[in-house]
Amino acid sequence: MLDLKSIESYYGKAHILSDLSFSIGAGEVVSLLGRNGAGKTTTMKSIMQMVIPKGGSVSFLGSDITGLATHKVAKMGLGYVPEDRRIFTDLTILENLEVGRQPPRDGGYEWSVEALFELFPNLKERQKNRGKEMSGGEQQMLTIARTLMGNPKLLLLDEPSEGIAPVIIEQMAETILRLKSEGMSILLSEQNLHFARLVADRAIIIESGTKKFDATFAELDAHPDVRDAYLSV
Amino acid sequence: MALLIAQLLTGLANAAALFLVASGLSLIFGVTRIVNFAHGSFYMLGAFIGYSLMQVLPGHFWFWASVLLAGIAVGLIGVIVEICVLRPVYKAPELFQLVATFGVILVIQDLALLVWGAEDVLGPRAPGLKGIIRIMGEPVPKYDLALIAITPFVLFGLWYLLTKTRIGILVRAATQDREMVGALGVNQAWLFTGVFFLGAALAGLGGAIQLPKGGADLMMDFNILAAIFVVVVIGGMGSLPGAYVAAVLISVLNVFGVSYLPQSTLVLMFVVMAVVLMIKPYGLFGREEVAGEHGQVGEPERPIKPADARGRMIVGCLIAALALLPMFDSTFLTILITDILIFCLFAASLHFLLGLGGLVSFGHAAFFGSGAYVAALLVSHAGTPMELAFLLAPLGAGMAAVIIGWMCIRLTGVYFAMLTMAFAQLLWSLVFQWGEFTGGDDGMVDIWPAEWLSTTNAYYYFTLVVGVGAIILLRHVAHSPFGYALRASRDSERQAEATGINTKHVRWAAFAFAGAMAGVAGGLFVFSKGSVFPTELEIAKSFDGLIVVFLGGVKTLSGGVVGGASLELIKDFLTRFEFWRLSLGVLIIVVVILAPEGIVGTVRKLAEHAGWMRSKNAREVTGDE
Repeated sequence: MLDLKSIESYYGKAHILSDLSFSIGAGEVVSLLGRNGAGKTTTMKSIMQMVIPKGGSVSFLGSDITGLATHKVAKMGLGYVPEDRRIFTDLTILENLEVGRQPPRDGGYEWSVEALFELFPNLKERQKNRGKEMSGGEQQMLTIARTLMGNPKLLLLDEPSEGIAPVIIEQMAETILRLKSEGMSILLSEQNLHFARLVADRAIIIESGTKKFDATFAELDAHPDVRDAYLSV
Repeated sequence: MALLIAQLLTGLANAAALFLVASGLSLIFGVTRIVNFAHGSFYMLGAFIGYSLMQVLPGHFWFWASVLLAGIAVGLIGVIVEICVLRPVYKAPELFQLVATFGVILVIQDLALLVWGAEDVLGPRAPGLKGIIRIMGEPVPKYDLALIAITPFVLFGLWYLLTKTRIGILVRAATQDREMVGALGVNQAWLFTGVFFLGAALAGLGGAIQLPKGGADLMMDFNILAAIFVVVVIGGMGSLPGAYVAAVLISVLNVFGVSYLPQSTLVLMFVVMAVVLMIKPYGLFGREEVAGEHGQVGEPERPIKPADARGRMIVGCLIAALALLPMFDSTFLTILITDILIFCLFAASLHFLLGLGGLVSFGHAAFFGSGAYVAALLVSHAGTPMELAFLLAPLGAGMAAVIIGWMCIRLTGVYFAMLTMAFAQLLWSLVFQWGEFTGGDDGMVDIWPAEWLSTTNAYYYFTLVVGVGAIILLRHVAHSPFGYALRASRDSERQAEATGINTKHVRWAAFAFAGAMAGVAGGLFVFSKGSVFPTELEIAKSFDGLIVVFLGGVKTLSGGVVGGASLELIKDFLTRFEFWRLSLGVLIIVVVILAPEGIVGTVRKLAEHAGWMRSKNAREVTGDE
């Protein structure tokens, strides 16, 4: 479904990702693990072409999307949920959802506001509130709901568990599992190994912008040295 | 009482066009973050196009149709401007785009001159609304009442569009975070174009709708520019109800000003703006600007460095060449280079503020003019010797900068820019209207240098020594601890504060220093010309400085000087032709598109690319991540 082939990404002149390759199959939930500054967010942005890789290629559903405008990438069915949430604070919850709305893709699931309110009951109660009046957890829910309004085929979740209360993290895990059960493909970046294990099938570990590990969690458990080297603080 | 009401109604009617144009500007700024200097030009085009349409389309229905069509036509012109001029420069440093829109002003001025000629045209009266109505005995034009009735509908229509439709929701979302809107699958490029269409169309409508009251002329672009900026700032950037309230406030106060305190008319709105901004720093309905906006990931700033040996050699050779110039015995050339040197110093002082301090002043001419006027006033009223007057010029300008700076420095970004413009305008109108002391419009003449500097060549050397000396001083300060503190305050106010820098004081001092240096340029100027006129304090002069600094390159130390010299030379050459504005405008736009980092930045990049210069960045960045 998604294929990264030895991409090289820069921020200005700083080299962030080098020779990074991996792929994600349909219906798969993959977690991208690594410490702060390992290049997780840049990987996400490179997929969305918000940072355009200077080398290598990104292809989605069989077509090369490297260098494509971000809105076209999104229209093809890539849904991006940014780490810093970036909800529109002056807009109400309903309006935030409206910004994300895109016509359904052929054969894809079509999300409605009602369906999303069922998935995130908190949002329903506060639908007329402005984005800035919400808690961090609610904002995180809203960002996911907003992206789902675009009926994506592959969801990119950048650190969904960051900075939210443990109770909400559990709720978040349930939500992701539900999306997974409905056949959604998901790539989520995480620092929280426990959370990642709960929802993902496979772990990709990066460090300093290069891939160090790519296998199942069972495999990861069999290599405690990998975990110690790249994940423990 | 009756008169009061009639005046109130006139004010409300005058507010109609002002609101239409200002709301367009506010909309464009809110979404695209572009300070559109060409907005006054759209207003002028609306008036001229509306006039032409009304000439061929008679009758009641066609009058209003002409107004609408003029709006649409100007909207389409706005689209052309957006696609051809602004799209290529969206990624340029913030505010750089205003240089491009300045080029557009010049182009439109000459095109309007070509199409409609230099004569002012009198607007046709609106059919069916020609007469007056008596309200409590006072005559009120029917057309005024129509305008008063229409404006709230426009306000409502815009409000509905922005709050209740999908387009409006997208526009508001893009105002906050364009990149995220793109990541959600919305083509923000077309959203921008759409907003530009609407904004320009509103300006065009404003121009056409005021025809029966005002007509059309080639000065109306600049004449309305200051007023609409003031309205947008008083109302709060991006707030439509704010723009309406401010337009009404300004227009009504203006009508009363004209009748009761005629001297006040030139400054009134700037006084109102200054007062509003001091009480509410973000306008009546505005919100604090969020710093560090998303979606503008540029290259990291290049650290500026003192010139290396080669750079010093080149500059040394250049100065030596300038010193030899009088040998050629061309008075024309000597005078031209004197002018250029003075302008370069002015530009360098603004660059210090803008490039190093990140303080975009729209009113820097105030200090150039202060320097010139302080010297002129001392010479003509107190009989002060030239040398002393010249020394006191920067002091006077510096004092003005200390006072104005104290009031402006609390604000940042566009609000800071507007407040500096307001104070510059205040100073200008003071000089303009205090005729018995400053000579008013007639300026001050007979301000000649001392005996020993009276020849062209002697004064040239004087300018060379003082001008180059001051520019070197500015560079020197940039590399001093104070310069570091200033740049630190620009890049991260919080971190600078945390390291013990009082950022407000640093900025204030920089503002005063830049003002004093502009005063030196003003002092040089007045004795080289022997006269000074209020035009030296005008907004246009401040804009000239801005354009030059951006063209030269904000992020390079020599940007101000290079830009100043280039523009003056080009102007001197181009003004010999009939349609020089058109050529200059096109040239500016081309430079902006081809060299978004300014002349110096782009030349340096090319030089590095070709291998003539070592890239100084490679080493500094690695090891960071």
